Amino acid sequence: MSASTLQPAPQTPPALALVGQGVVRTDGHAKVTGQALYVDDVRPEGCLYGATIRSTVAHARVTRLALHPDDAAAGVVLVTAADIPGENVVALMTDDQPALASAYTKHVAEAVALVAAPNREQALAAAQRAVVEYDVLPALFDPEVSRGHEIRLFGADNVFSHLTIRHGDATGAFANPPAGSRVVEGVYRCGHQEQLYIETQGMIATPRPGGGLTLFGSMQCPYYVHKALKRVLGHTDFNVVQAVTGGGFGGKEEYPSLVAIHAALLALKTGRPVKLIYRRDEDLRATTKRHPMRARYRTLVDAGTGRLLAAEAELLFDGGAYNTLSPVVNSRGAIHALGPYRCDHAVIDALMVATHTPPNGAFRGFGAPQAHWSAERHIDRIARVLGLDPLAVRRTNMYRDGDRTPTGQVLRDVGIGIVLERALERAEKPLPPRLAATRPGGGGPAARLVPSRGLALAWHGCGFTGNGEAALKGKADVALEGRDVVIYIASTDIGQGPETIFPQIVAETLGLPLARVRNAPHDTAQVPDSGPTVASRTTMVVGGVAQKAARKLRDALAAEVGFDGDFDRMLAARKSTANLRVQAEYTDDGSLVWDPKTYQGDAYPAFGWACVIVDLDVDADTGEVFYRRLVQATDVGRAINPVLCSGQLEGGALQALGFATSEELVLDAQHGMRNNRLTNYIIPTALDAPEMETVLVEIPFAGGPFGAKGIGEIPHDVPHAAVAQAIERATGAVLDRLPMTPERVLAALDTAAEPSA
Amino acid sequence: MKIEFTLNERPVRVDVAPMARLLDVLREDLRVTGTKEGCGEGECGACTVLVDGRAVNACLIPAIQLRGAQVQTVEGLARSERLHPIQQAFLEHGGAQCGICTPGFLMAAAELLHREPHPSRAQVREALAGNLCRCTGYQKIVDAVAEALS
Amino acid sequence: MSLHISAAPVLEPRTLAEALDLRASHPEAMPLAGGTDVMVYLEGGVIDPPRFLNLWGIAELGGLSRTGDALRIGALVTHTDVVRSPDAQALAPALVEACRTVGAVQIQNRGTIGGNVVNASPAGDTLPVLLALDAEFELHSAARGQRRVPAAQFWQGYRRMDLAPDELLVAVHVPAPSPGDRTFFRKVGTRQAQSISKVVLGARVRLDAATGTVTEARIAYGSVAATPVRCPATEAALIGRRRGDLAAAADTVATEIRPIDDVRSTAEYRLAVAVRVLRGWLAAV
Repeated sequence: MSASTLQPAPQTPPALALVGQGVVRTDGHAKVTGQALYVDDVRPEGCLYGATIRSTVAHARVTRLALHPDDAAAGVVLVTAADIPGENVVALMTDDQPALASAYTKHVAEAVALVAAPNREQALAAAQRAVVEYDVLPALFDPEVSRGHEIRLFGADNVFSHLTIRHGDATGAFANPPAGSRVVEGVYRCGHQEQLYIETQGMIATPRPGGGLTLFGSMQCPYYVHKALKRVLGHTDFNVVQAVTGGGFGGKEEYPSLVAIHAALLALKTGRPVKLIYRRDEDLRATTKRHPMRARYRTLVDAGTGRLLAAEAELLFDGGAYNTLSPVVNSRGAIHALGPYRCDHAVIDALMVATHTPPNGAFRGFGAPQAHWSAERHIDRIARVLGLDPLAVRRTNMYRDGDRTPTGQVLRDVGIGIVLERALERAEKPLPPRLAATRPGGGGPAARLVPSRGLALAWHGCGFTGNGEAALKGKADVALEGRDVVIYIASTDIGQGPETIFPQIVAETLGLPLARVRNAPHDTAQVPDSGPTVASRTTMVVGGVAQKAARKLRDALAAEVGFDGDFDRMLAARKSTANLRVQAEYTDDGSLVWDPKTYQGDAYPAFGWACVIVDLDVDADTGEVFYRRLVQATDVGRAINPVLCSGQLEGGALQALGFATSEELVLDAQHGMRNNRLTNYIIPTALDAPEMETVLVEIPFAGGPFGAKGIGEIPHDVPHAAVAQAIERATGAVLDRLPMTPERVLAALDTAAEPSA
Repeated sequence: MKIEFTLNERPVRVDVAPMARLLDVLREDLRVTGTKEGCGEGECGACTVLVDGRAVNACLIPAIQLRGAQVQTVEGLARSERLHPIQQAFLEHGGAQCGICTPGFLMAAAELLHREPHPSRAQVREALAGNLCRCTGYQKIVDAVAEALS
Repeated sequence: MSLHISAAPVLEPRTLAEALDLRASHPEAMPLAGGTDVMVYLEGGVIDPPRFLNLWGIAELGGLSRTGDALRIGALVTHTDVVRSPDAQALAPALVEACRTVGAVQIQNRGTIGGNVVNASPAGDTLPVLLALDAEFELHSAARGQRRVPAAQFWQGYRRMDLAPDELLVAVHVPAPSPGDRTFFRKVGTRQAQSISKVVLGARVRLDAATGTVTEARIAYGSVAATPVRCPATEAALIGRRRGDLAAAADTVATEIRPIDDVRSTAEYRLAVAVRVLRGWLAAV
């Protein structure tokens, strides 16, 4: 069976001047010369430094809160919840999180109060030696215990979100198993993961000369900050401006609202600009992480082929102390829970529970990397139990055009077969040198390295779930300013490239050179709300809106000059020199139907598809895993900028390899991060990273600009599963828990080596 | 305490505590902010600069050890408007994404290329292993350094 | 962001003699070499000395040379200097290999051999190699001149050394290998660079040219005890064994080290790996 009989052939897109070209990123020059200004590079005149007093216990009433007498005498300023002019809340999905936990804290490292001082050292010292006394209360750390517990964290039962997706009749299928079928069950776990942007969280609040405040800082979503600050301040006399931002990965989606609120409160109280930059150890201990998950899968499969006949999947996520965006993580986890595989009778039950741990939040993939871990591990389990080839089981079950997903969505233009074939093809290239065998300290010929290969498949819904985009109506403005065109969007560049990609899209649409199109600063005083920079939606969704706005601009210009033609000819015919600015907003054709109550319908406007093949060596003496090469073939719809696009895929894949084998939170008794230093929270270096082969497959999505799909998250979905398969293939060691640290791998190797009973 | 050293081929004089970190001397006292702080403890390499031609972490160098030293930062890589080949290679290969780690990588790479103009990919990876990047997966950075002078 | 960076004054000797005088008159001053450990401790608030003694730049503390049958490595010689030294490559390849695994380039460029020795971290990457190679440490004081202490007697307890308050480490002496020597370095860390070791092994066996039997053995580990340690029982078990029949002696290691759980690994893992990596090497010797 050839791929082309199953799948649409990717079309060769027409060659365009800018779209599809790997043009140099427009912010590149500033970044390679050191001129780009990140928040900590800016120091307003008369600036004070802020610092945060954090709780040292997981659950307590605060009985006393004061500065150290020396700091009070030295004029250090203290801000508590009593100083909040509006509401003490971080407004997001629900209003459960306070801006300052000055009276009652629900997790360790929670912000209890704030200080400001003339220099950073003084502020940090004052925060550290402030007097905070607690009436300590019992804390819940295990989501299975917390659910329905009498100690109340959230709502009536400590459940942030519970949803069930029902497809077909799973109960009936399990009750009447056909001949030759078999039940396969498994339990899969993931731990926390830290985003680990290299620039820590930071914000500057500056009182404006004419009144009000400007917030300037590191963030993904200026309008999230705006919405949260409005509630705390009780007015909108402020603007939010994104600084050049040193990475986000979701970690700067919702958390910067808190940093901005804190900086603003300090600036209000002191009347001076206040800079609040987190130390690395503080950032690691206080900010959000990827949600840990426990999943239980029970499937009915055809014993001869491994075909999925019915499935029950239960996902349990630890949300931490506040809701943040956890329901969305729960939702995305549930929708992706069975991987890119057809199963006609399925029940997926996803539960997000509150605990007294620092809140977990947005992180690249949003529940999908956890869900794919269990889905892919379970497919491998089915193959193992049935004695089948894991790839054959994948081929048997992977989606085809016309198949229905668990939400009942009928799939079109399914790309899974193509990405699989393309990845297999690329993986035939000779492997790069085996650096693990010659590395210093590696043991040389004495090391027992076992080579292996693993493969995994992913799908990822692009953009917001269901009717999210239609409800949000993301906006973009495009303006003619002199001879240049300026794009006004709230979508930010956090490294992934919108400063370049949006000008590419708009310049291509208008037939202009790239140098004449640029993004305006991401300042809420200037840009409309395009929605947040999240969910693989920026290029596909907001890029589409910007393209629409560009077309509107052309129409407006044509109307003004009385003819429609070459942009510069129209411009030459123009009499007015005034700026011409138009706005477009997201609309769809209404063909997507989604019922948020039943979780049935069209979950996403488009899906991306990916295949990852990892070559690695397992050290049989130490359980270490050394990566040699990672091949990924990913359906990106259309690569607006192939260099930036493949850069996203490569970075995401390495983040997943960190998730696979080295990144683990070690928790202390209060469930705070104990290994909160870069020495002990282990992300990969250039020596740990494999050589990468990245294949861009282009199955265009009609709803995206020039066919583009979202690609930011899919690379993080399955490399960890491919690693697990490779380890198992080489050694027989079965690992169903992330991360697969050398300690766990070695234990699993020993278990695998024991003669089975 | 007054300390004189050479920064990007110009003499500078600062009055700082003897144990002040070079990183703070650059960023806070001299307001030369291209050198970034990522961890403050020599793990991430974001503050990599060259001192007497060798790549070091500016967060770990006390001012007292700078007397008479030649310090080079990212601001000193380009010659007037002409970018250093490693800067050009980073642009062309897509070696910079969020950019916060970029100045440190450029300085580590500059030391390597000075020593070994045509390094193998293995040499590049070893020379850059003291610089953490979370955006790129290192692929395009290694490409840029390996091919900068080819 | 430097909360704990010190405002303390720094003593600035220009010669070794001045340094020894200041060391004697200011025993409270923290000696400062390349700073790659001291600055981290300051940043982390681990130390807060009233004064520093800056040794960086003192010529008598530098220099890597071959004198007679031994390598003399000045205390301020950096890991990079060792890695690039043809003499070190020829006489102490295991030490060169160990130096290549310390932190990464930036740390190797600044961190010194002497600093590594007197920082006395149980996880110091070069220390088990210095034990395995029978290195000696040359210590000087203004009052008593110089003395030499074998590495095996130097580290006495957790960060405790045979080093008087008025003494400075001036050089490390590494004897040249004998023709029958086989040496080994293995580091099992948290990752492939910028890594604190979970287990680090330095080992040497001397084989009789005629019989292939072991006549001398040094087995030393880091990260498995409060100090870098030698394993005398394992060494004894190796003596008299023939090449091809060495591996079983590795099991003795389990009887003489008692590693602990910490934030980076577990006692169980460390013990298992210590035995296995040694066994792997002994089988391949």
